Amino acid sequence: MVIGLSQYLVVAAILFTLGIFGIFLNRKNVIVIVMSIELMLLAVNINFVAFSVFLGNLVGQAFAMVILTVAAAEAAIGLAILVVYFRNRGTIEVEDIHLMKG
Amino acid sequence: MIVEAIAFYIFAAVAVGAGVGVIAARNPIHSVLFLILAFFSSAGLFVLMGAEFLAMILVIVYVGAVAVLFLFVVMMLDIDFRRLRSGFMRYLPVGAGIGILLFAELVLVFASSEAPRAALPSALARGGASISNTRALGEILYTRYIIAFEGAGLILLVAMIGAIVLTLRRRPDLRRQKVPEQLARRKEDSLEVVKVPIGEGIS
Repeated sequence: MVIGLSQYLVVAAILFTLGIFGIFLNRKNVIVIVMSIELMLLAVNINFVAFSVFLGNLVGQAFAMVILTVAAAEAAIGLAILVVYFRNRGTIEVEDIHLMKG
Repeated sequence: MIVEAIAFYIFAAVAVGAGVGVIAARNPIHSVLFLILAFFSSAGLFVLMGAEFLAMILVIVYVGAVAVLFLFVVMMLDIDFRRLRSGFMRYLPVGAGIGILLFAELVLVFASSEAPRAALPSALARGGASISNTRALGEILYTRYIIAFEGAGLILLVAMIGAIVLTLRRRPDLRRQKVPEQLARRKEDSLEVVKVPIGEGIS
C-alpha cells in the first residue's frame, strides 16, 4: 500500500477523462460544459502538484497557481458571456448558438 | 503510512465520484454542489502531497468564488433544464467511446513509461522540513517568477474588466439622474422673463 506518483496520476487521468466525457454528454447545456472544463483544469493541477512533489521542485506548484488564475478568469468571462447571451436570446442551448455560423 | 493510504483512497474515491456527479446530475445546481465536493477532495489530495498552500487556495478561491459564481448564474438564468438534457442518451455512446479511448491512452502512457514505484515523499514524513510550503512557494514566486505572478494579476484584471463590460447594460428607457447635465444648466437656458403688456396678454 504505497501511494506513489502513479496513483495520483491515475486519479488525475480519471478526472480529466470525466471532464471530456461531460462535454460530450451535456452537448446542450453550456453551464455543465464550463463545469467540465473546470474539472479538467483541476485534473491538470493535480498532475502538476504530484510531479512537483515527486521531483522536489516547487516550480510545478507555482505553475499550478497560474493555472488556477487562468481557470478563475475563464469561468468569470464564460459565465458573463452566458448571462449576456441569455439576456439577448433567452436560451443557452448550444445548438441555438449559431449566429456567427457562415 | 497506512493512514495516508486510506486517506488517499478516500479522497480519490470521493473526487472521482463527485466528478461523475458533475457530469451526470439532472439538476445543474446539484452539478455545482458536486463540483464543490470534487474541489474539496482534491484539496485533501493536495494536503496529502504536502502542497498546503495550493490546497487552501483551492478551497478559498474555487469553492468560495468560482463555485459560488456558478451557483449564482445557474440560479439566475431561468432555464428549462429538462429540455437541455434531451440529447443525453444520444451522445452517450460517442462520449463513452472517446472517453474510454482517452483514458486507455493515458493509462498506456503510464504503463509504458518508467513508472516510479517509490512513494512520494509524504507530508507526514516531511514534517520536519525547515521551511513551510507557503514560505518556500512565496520565496520562488516573488523572486524568480515575479513576471509570471504579475502576469497572473494582469489576467485577473482583464477578466474583471471584461466581465463588467460584458454584463453592463444600458437601458434607454430608464430615467436616470444626469449630474453633469444638471450642473451645466444655466439660468438663460431654461428661464425666460417675459414682459407682459397690460391688457394684451401673451399670444
